Parts: sequence; C-alpha cells; structure tokens
Amino acid sequence: MLTIKNYVRAQSLDEAYELNQKKTACVMGGMMWLRMTGRTVMTMIDLCGLGLNKIEETETEFSIGAMVTLRQLETHPGLNAYTKGCMKKAVQDIVGIQFRNGATVGGSIYGRFGFSDVVTVFQAMDTYVEMHKGGIIPLAEFVKKPYDRDILVRIIVKKQPLAISYQAMRIQRTDFPVLTCAVSKLGDEYRAAIGARPSVAALIRDTEGILAAGINDDSAEKFAAAVAAAAKTDSNSRGSAEYRTHLAKVLTQRATLEIGGQL
Amino acid sequence: MEVKINVNGRVITDSVDADMLLMDFLRKHGCYSVKCGCETTNCGLCTVLMDDVPVLSCSVLAARAAGHKIMTLEGLQEEAKEFIGFIANQGAEQCGFCNPGFIVNTIALLRENPNPTDDEIRAFLVGNLCRCSGYDGQLRGIRDFLNFRNSRKE
Repeated sequence: MLTIKNYVRAQSLDEAYELNQKKTACVMGGMMWLRMTGRTVMTMIDLCGLGLNKIEETETEFSIGAMVTLRQLETHPGLNAYTKGCMKKAVQDIVGIQFRNGATVGGSIYGRFGFSDVVTVFQAMDTYVEMHKGGIIPLAEFVKKPYDRDILVRIIVKKQPLAISYQAMRIQRTDFPVLTCAVSKLGDEYRAAIGARPSVAALIRDTEGILAAGINDDSAEKFAAAVAAAAKTDSNSRGSAEYRTHLAKVLTQRATLEIGGQL
Repeated sequence: MEVKINVNGRVITDSVDADMLLMDFLRKHGCYSVKCGCETTNCGLCTVLMDDVPVLSCSVLAARAAGHKIMTLEGLQEEAKEFIGFIANQGAEQCGFCNPGFIVNTIALLRENPNPTDDEIRAFLVGNLCRCSGYDGQLRGIRDFLNFRNSRKE
C-alpha cells in the first residue's frame, strides 16, 4: 500500500524540482501505477496546477504537457490526423476510459515502462522530451538514461512527413501487451519500435536500406526479419522470448506493408 | 491537510491525510455507491465523474480532488433513472456490485455520445468489469433504451 506523508501541489517547476531532490520525494502523474507500489513517499509532488495538461499544435510540432492524459492523446484530432489514427490505436486498449482519463503521458514516458504502448508509438515519431533542468533530448536517448531527480515537462513531436502503423498483441483486450510494434517512414528514414519485449521499446532503424527501394512483400519480410533479429526479447508470464521474437517479425511485416499502402 | 471538494453539489470541507484516496473520502461522507473492487485500478467499480469526466476514484488522492466537482451515483439518480430499467429488464443488473460504476460510466458515455454504436458502447464500457452478466445483457439494455428514446423523438 502506498503511504504518503506530505502532499504538495507545486506552484512552479522550480519548486517541484527542488522538492524532488530528496530521494524520499516523488512526482505523481496519474498515480495509476504508483498506487500499486508499497513504497513510502515523504513528499508527493503534484504537477496538476502547472498547466501541463494541454496539447498545443503548431505548423511544425506538437507540444504535449506531461500531465496530458492518455484519453486526451486518444481523442486529439490533430495528433490522430498526423498519426493516421495510430495514437488512438496505441492507447485504446489500455484498461478503460476511466483509467485513461487518469493516466498521464508524463507518467508513461518518465516511467519508461516495458509494457508501454505510449513509449512505443512515440518512438516511431520524431519525439523529444523536455526536462526541467536537462533540456530537450531525443526520446530514444531518454529511454536509455537511468532515472534521475529531474522533472519531465513536456513531450515534443516534430511534424516530419510521416507514414506510420501501430500493432500490438494482447492475450486479452485491456490486458498488458505481449508485444507492441510501431513502424514508420519518417522523412526518408524507415524505423521500427518494438516494445513489451518485455523491456522498454527499442528503436531499430533501417540502416541497411532494406526498404530504400520501396515496400513490397519481399522487402517487408526482410525488414521484419532484421527487426526481429535486432530486438532483444525475454520471457515472462505473458510469453516466451521465442514467441515474442516471432511476434516481432509478424507484426513488423504487417505494419510495414500497411505503411506501404500509405506512401 | 484541509480540502474542499464539491460532492454532488455540496461543498464538503474536511481534514484528510495526504494519502487518503478520493474513494475513501466519498465513502466517509456517505457515498456508499463508490466501492473498491480490485485494488489494481482495473475494475471500474469506483468510477465517479470528476469535472464531468469519468475517473477511478481509487487512484485519485482526495488532496488532488480539492477544488473539483465530483459526482457519484447518489447525485446522478435522475439521469440514471432514464435507462436503468432497461438494463434490469435484461437481467443484467445481477448481483449489483458493479452497477454503480457501470451506471456512472454509462452516463458519461451518453453525455459524450448520445447515439453510440454497439462497438462504441463496448469500447467506452470496457473498463467496467462484471463477473455476472457476461456484458451482453448490459449492451442489450442500453441498446433498448436508445431505441426507445429515439423512437419517442420521431
């Protein structure tokens, strides 16, 4: 059971950052996952009063506040137009509407959860995270960093030309995914993000140019095989490493052929 | 710490612990329709409307809810009366344990989308677990209500 000694609704990011420098402090997102931990938190820092619950769209980027809920991602017309509906597809099977009205994008990204559909779909785009002190860094770099005491402020998605497909395998709808997969053509670059391996989503780029000459059945199969070989998988109660590797190939191939139809 | 929360149109001021959940706050103040069914933020039994948005009150701190408007089934009975008979007619209320959360979320659905398709109903209510009904009866009940309501408009 989660125990909280003090609750502070931060008045500024500076205040939140200062409070968070103590190891016994914690920043809360939606508290969906945190609630199930048995930890004791001396100071729970709530960012809900800092206006970070908005998605702002400009000609060149989306700026997504850390406190934006997964339901906001799911229903945002601009994000879903840009991602060809993949944002909705990526989050729609995460528990239920009430859960997604609470869970925040900041919590999902900062947590770097292995099972995260959210990290997977954002990895397939030109995505950055803005940290209060650490500045703006690519998401692919952020997910490899160890946890620190900084505050995640917002997610930035640069609006590069994008073709994208999102696929996930679940044993049952609303359960954790067995494997997640997002394949995209971002500008001239093809990339695949494979998540729930079960570790956090890995970004695999088509550095060998397998799809450079175009997407067809043969090139899609070769790219899928390369992605499956590069994505390290492990076993847990939802599936074996071998099964996940097989799924990585099937889902990548399916997603690649789907974006082939968008080009 | 002291919080002020508008519960079903009445502002309640109370002293709460930092880790008190909204669900426990609501039950303390007489809203017994709000229940804990799972301890894993999964079942939807504790659904309430927070500023008209359905949330899991088991995962919201009372402290975070301060200054917000909370509606539980106790405050939504008139709206619920419109359709709960149709669900009961399908035998879909069964043991009744999950009904409050299910009904509150159905109200949220019908406010957001007054004429949902069957797939939209399923998608909106997927976070409300029921161990009795198998869900088809609930779906039929809502569909019957929508058909009845729409036929009255014609």
